[in-house]
Amino acid sequence: MTSIEPQSDEQLVELAKSGDDGAFPELVKRYSRRIFRVARNITNHDEDAEDVLQEAFMKAYTHLDSFQGNSKFYTWLVRIAMNEALMKLRKRKTGKLVSLDEELDTGEDTMMREVAVWEGNPEDRYSQDELREILDKTISSLPEGFRTVFVLRDVEELSTEETAETLGLSIPAVKSRLLRARLQLREKLTRVFKGKGENAFAYM
Amino acid sequence: MPTCKDFLRELSEYLDSSIDAETRQELDRHAAECPNCWVLLDTTQKTLKIYKGCEPQAVPAGIEAKLLAAIQKKMDEKKAGG
Repeated sequence: MTSIEPQSDEQLVELAKSGDDGAFPELVKRYSRRIFRVARNITNHDEDAEDVLQEAFMKAYTHLDSFQGNSKFYTWLVRIAMNEALMKLRKRKTGKLVSLDEELDTGEDTMMREVAVWEGNPEDRYSQDELREILDKTISSLPEGFRTVFVLRDVEELSTEETAETLGLSIPAVKSRLLRARLQLREKLTRVFKGKGENAFAYM
Repeated sequence: MPTCKDFLRELSEYLDSSIDAETRQELDRHAAECPNCWVLLDTTQKTLKIYKGCEPQAVPAGIEAKLLAAIQKKMDEKKAGG
C-alpha cells in the first residue's frame, strides 16, 4: 500500500496545471457529491443534474489555467456549476419566462403562519436518507430566486459578496432573498417536524 | 425595544452574527419576552443546522465513471496537442 499525504486543493490544482494525470480526478472525487447536490437542488431534474455535473467539471478542467487562486478552488467550481445549472433551467423554461421579481412577490406574513416548536431533534427522528429526502423536497419547492441564494449561501457557504457576484444580484437583494428563503424553508420544515397534538408553547 | 417586525427583519443578520453587540442584546431581550419570535429564531436556527449538517448523497457510480473517463480523454488530448 502506498501512503499518499492528503493534498490541499491548491496543491492538486497546481499539479493538474503541470500535467499530473491523477490530480484533477482527485478533485472530481473530492467534490462530485457536492456539485451533484447543487445541480439537483437547482435544476430539480436528475438528467439535467447529471449534465451539469459533467459540464461543470469539464469546464473547470478546460479553464484551469485561468483559475488564479483569488478565491478557493471549490468556490470557483461551485460558481461554474451554478451557471451551468441556471442555463439548464433557462432552456427548460423556454416560452414561459417568469420574472424573478414577480416570483419574489410573496408577502412576509404568508411565511409566518406556522409557529410551533419542533418535536425532538430531526437528526434523531429520521435516518440520513429520509432527512435528505425531506430537505431536498423542501428546497425544490422554493421559487428559483430564493433557491439559488439559499444553496450558495447556506448550503455551499459562499459569502454574500460571492453569491451576489455569481447570481448577478446586488448585496441587499441577496440578503433579502436569503432571509425570505430561510423563513420559507423554516415554515415548510416546521409543518413536517412540529410536535403533534401538543401545545406549541409547552416549553414556556 | 425592537418590535416583532424588527426582529424578523434582523433575523438573518443575527443568525450570521453580522450585527453589533448592542442590537444583538436587544434582539435577545425581545426573544426572551416574545414566545413567537423565540420559536421563530429557534426553528430557523435548526433549519440552517440540518441543511448544513446533511451529507450529500453519493453520485451514482456510472455517472462518476463517465465523468472521469471524459476528463481522462481531455487530458490525453491536451498532451497529444502539446
